[in-house]
Amino acid sequence: MIRFLLKGLLRDRSRSLFPILITASGVAITVLVFAWVGGILHDTVETAARFKTGHVKVRTRALNEQRYPNIMELVLTDAGTIQRKLQTDFPRMIWKSRIQFGGLLDIPDKNGETAAQAPVAGLGADLTSPDSPEIRNLNLKQALIKGALPRQPGEILLSDALFEKLALGLGQNVTYIGSDMNGSMVFHNFTIAGTVRFGIRVMDRGAIIADLADMRQALNMMDATTEIFGFFEDGFYHPEKAAAIKTAFNSAYLAATDIFTPVMVTLEDQDDLGEMLSYMNSIFSAILIIFIFVISIVLWNAGLMNGIRRYGEIGIRLAIGESKTSLYWSMIVEAVLLGVASYLLGTILGLIPAYYLQVHGVDFGYFMQNSSYMMNNIMRARISPINFWIGIVPGVVAPFIGAVISGLAIFKRETAQLFKELET
Amino acid sequence: MNQLESTMKNGIHFLLLLLLLARPVGADTREEAARILQRIDQNQNIERQIIISSMIIRGLRGSREIKYQSWIIGQEKSFTESLAPLREKGTKMLKLDQNLWIFDPGADRTIKIAGHMLRQSMSGSDLSYEDMMEKGKLSDTYDATIVGEEPIDGRDTWILDLKARQTSLAYQQRKIWVDKERYLGIREELYAASGKLLKRLDILETFQTSRGWYPRRLRFKDMLKKGDGTEWIIHSVDFDTPIPDSKFSKAALRR
Repeated sequence: MIRFLLKGLLRDRSRSLFPILITASGVAITVLVFAWVGGILHDTVETAARFKTGHVKVRTRALNEQRYPNIMELVLTDAGTIQRKLQTDFPRMIWKSRIQFGGLLDIPDKNGETAAQAPVAGLGADLTSPDSPEIRNLNLKQALIKGALPRQPGEILLSDALFEKLALGLGQNVTYIGSDMNGSMVFHNFTIAGTVRFGIRVMDRGAIIADLADMRQALNMMDATTEIFGFFEDGFYHPEKAAAIKTAFNSAYLAATDIFTPVMVTLEDQDDLGEMLSYMNSIFSAILIIFIFVISIVLWNAGLMNGIRRYGEIGIRLAIGESKTSLYWSMIVEAVLLGVASYLLGTILGLIPAYYLQVHGVDFGYFMQNSSYMMNNIMRARISPINFWIGIVPGVVAPFIGAVISGLAIFKRETAQLFKELET
Repeated sequence: MNQLESTMKNGIHFLLLLLLLARPVGADTREEAARILQRIDQNQNIERQIIISSMIIRGLRGSREIKYQSWIIGQEKSFTESLAPLREKGTKMLKLDQNLWIFDPGADRTIKIAGHMLRQSMSGSDLSYEDMMEKGKLSDTYDATIVGEEPIDGRDTWILDLKARQTSLAYQQRKIWVDKERYLGIREELYAASGKLLKRLDILETFQTSRGWYPRRLRFKDMLKKGDGTEWIIHSVDFDTPIPDSKFSKAALRR
């Protein structure tokens, strides 16, 4: 029967080509939008995790409460012991200390006098240990524009935009001016080993990436750190697991009252990221549901229209003795066959631009010039397994429902009236 | 008619009497306050002094002590060198009028402190570099009125309310408790233009020198900062040893 129906569909292009084109277009748009929205959400979480929040993070209670003006005074001391404990208690996580700092970069002239100064936001991470995951976590190899990654003590990476703006050279000495963990002003010389561009406006404005050991020395923070970042081994954020680890860690310090007590927070607890993600998720979900609904209505309507257009054909088939049930089922099978073809074609048509957007993305940097969110300027699509299945809803389910409902009209046709209807 | 003339004459006499007696409200207290400010300025305007002092910073994580030696000429020139602890040793600061430079021996750099860097805390204390740059005499930069009297630790004081004449001053309003006998401000509150209390200074102990009364122990408290404030202890003051001009040069920072 299926072969018979297929032959009918292939030979009568008005029953196959147009419905397939319409349905496949709807499927393609759904697949593309789903991949792009998913990509933006995934990128937002991943970028924030890599640079600012980790999947989970341990810091002092005082730093977490953000009630104190000088964050460098609120750092976590005895960081080595805490990090070892984290590694023992949660061995399936990668734990790394990082120092986040701010200050000024002072460029000396040939007499050692200040030639230029610029505000910088810095990150001290383990860059020089063998097999340190931080190079990968921070995407440093991909972000490197000039020079090389730091190998020697005292070497730093500088934002390429700042490097160009200050007309600096590789190997040039610069002085970092900031505050140490006692609030004292510190001056520390660094050598520029390379420049980086992350494609994240907040970072690219003026970032310094330095080795953790150098920053500890510069900021008088021996065995201290601003935060200990925790990452899931597979590189993906798992909200439920993160929440469970947080609860387990924090339960050990519930009775402590000291403002320097370590406290763990998840990615969603930080910088209103949870609210932002949930808001973005809701908005995107609403858009997707409305979009799929509208596409489905259009395709369903096309199914109905198709049924009405074939009013005469159905009448003849009933008149020559085909049973209503058989006719009804053939209509449904036809719709499913067309739907499967549309779904396959639409998914391929949707995945092609989605792949292009995954590789190249669209640059929204202009709109993010003053953004303080850790978001990529280039918003990319992300093709995930769901993109291969999402097209079933508008592609197969909607025409199927259309055929099921429009086909009910078959049972309302009176055989006695058929010839009268066909005569008119 | 005579009665009317008599009434009018009496009225005019009364008005004249009022005009004679009337003077701007608070004029006396302003004149007196200006005189007190001038006396404070006289006390503070010392030709030269070499001071050895310690700053005890009581922060969130406990106390730290930094020892300094300072060479000061009037209010325009000063040179300060950190003597201890090891991490701070050799750090030097040069103030020439409205310019401030810091030399850091670790980085071997001389950096001019300007702009928003002036608001940074000095060595993590409750004092900012801007506090060190306070310029001019109080009597030249503020209008004062006496707003009360109050005994503090057994010393009678006037309470002076000072309003800045220039908007460029770091503190637009000050309140000073001035020792009536020694003309020394023994408590001071520093306010922003909005009226928010920013800092408080208490002189905890004084000693008599050949040039009058001098603070021995002072406590600064940055009211926006956590911690128990910063105590400054003056170990010795030398008013007599000459200070060469070469001390106040950028070259001296590297010596």
